[in-house]
Amino acid sequence: MIALFLRDLKLSVRAGGGALIGVLFFMTVVAVIPFGVGPDLNLLSRIGPAILWIGALLACLLGLDRLFQAEREDGSLDVMLMQETPLVLTVLVKCLAHWTASGLPLVIASPLLGLFMNMNEVAIGATMLTLLVGTPAITFIGAVGAAVAVALPRGGLLVSILVLPLAIPVLIFGVSAAYAAVEDPAPFLPPFLILIAITLFFAVIGPLAAAAALRSSSD
Amino acid sequence: MSEQSLAIRKFSDLANPTRFIGLAERLLPWFSGLTALLFAVGLYLCFTTEGDYQQGETVRIMYVHVPAAWLSMMCYTVMALSALGTLVWRHPLADVSARAAAPIGACFTFLALVTGSLWGKPMWGAWWVWDARLTSVFVLFLMYLGLIALNRAMDDPGKAAKVSAILILVGFVNIPIIKFSVEWWNTLHQPASVLRLDGPAIDPEFLRPLLVMALAFTMLFLPCTSRPCATKSGAGG
Repeated sequence: MIALFLRDLKLSVRAGGGALIGVLFFMTVVAVIPFGVGPDLNLLSRIGPAILWIGALLACLLGLDRLFQAEREDGSLDVMLMQETPLVLTVLVKCLAHWTASGLPLVIASPLLGLFMNMNEVAIGATMLTLLVGTPAITFIGAVGAAVAVALPRGGLLVSILVLPLAIPVLIFGVSAAYAAVEDPAPFLPPFLILIAITLFFAVIGPLAAAAALRSSSD
Repeated sequence: MSEQSLAIRKFSDLANPTRFIGLAERLLPWFSGLTALLFAVGLYLCFTTEGDYQQGETVRIMYVHVPAAWLSMMCYTVMALSALGTLVWRHPLADVSARAAAPIGACFTFLALVTGSLWGKPMWGAWWVWDARLTSVFVLFLMYLGLIALNRAMDDPGKAAKVSAILILVGFVNIPIIKFSVEWWNTLHQPASVLRLDGPAIDPEFLRPLLVMALAFTMLFLPCTSRPCATKSGAGG
């Protein structure tokens, strides 16, 4: 399992893996926003957490369609289906590797972009923390979409369409927790705990459903 | 054989595609006629009952809006049950019923959104507000469209059915969210006033046409889904 984790990590970080493209995309999306809404620093600092979250959500979706596609193309997906370790575990490990390669860089890049958005330290910290907790959920939901669309020749766009509606709760509670940390009356902990609950929930449901979809689309 | 197992056997006989087609062909004209009759009565009642003292004539939008919204959720529930049938029993009828229900559910959801928007403009002063109920129904609409797109993108119907069944079941979490969104979040959309534990909180004057229209919409759903079911399972798909 550790070997699979390291293998996936190496494949996605090296050239052609596209993990760093996600960070680049994230930065580009966030950089484009001020051109759209205007360079008003007060406005930007107010909507900053939301922009970072939307940017991260889109960037997470970007690489998802490749999660199982390369394995299918070179045939190693069939090996994974036939090996003794349960497929659910394999999918879970693949999700974790995918998140480490593409989700974690987003979390690390977010403070820098928070500075661009003129957010204060508390807001940056809260956004980073919610992204750290929330982006795995997007990967787990995305695994279902990726597994469903794995047999399609051009499933990339379809994965995004299928996954985005299900990812809305993550966005809602992530953003509301990040805002609650900044604005005094709203408590930070309840939305943050719900966000953790969503991530854990999809950590179970996502690999289960993805494994079922992979099995049914392979035979 | 006991009485009960005989009854179960009779019921499971209906799941035989050939019998289903035969039954559907015989019953379809009756269902269609009944639907037309119910719509005639329902629409008559809609336009003859009095307007609300506060909302005036716009209250009549409710007679289309509420049944469409109910049906949009029922459609998804039927699809989720069919998805269960696909995954657990691998039944071909379950495949086709999930596929046939998706566009109809999308239509009902679209109707509910449009009529709600038309109703929202005079009542709330806006075509659209980002309230929990509206947003979750909009998400439902997007999921319907995504499922239709997925079904069309796949060549092998058997594979498409299994894969979309998994996605339907994952997306089912949205249905309780829609139902209880008005209670969990205090929002602009009014809470449930018909299906309540302590009886409907709506005046019988409005309830009567509403129920007739709801029945008519439900009857509309039956021929709409069972006709493609019958033709598709007849075609071997």
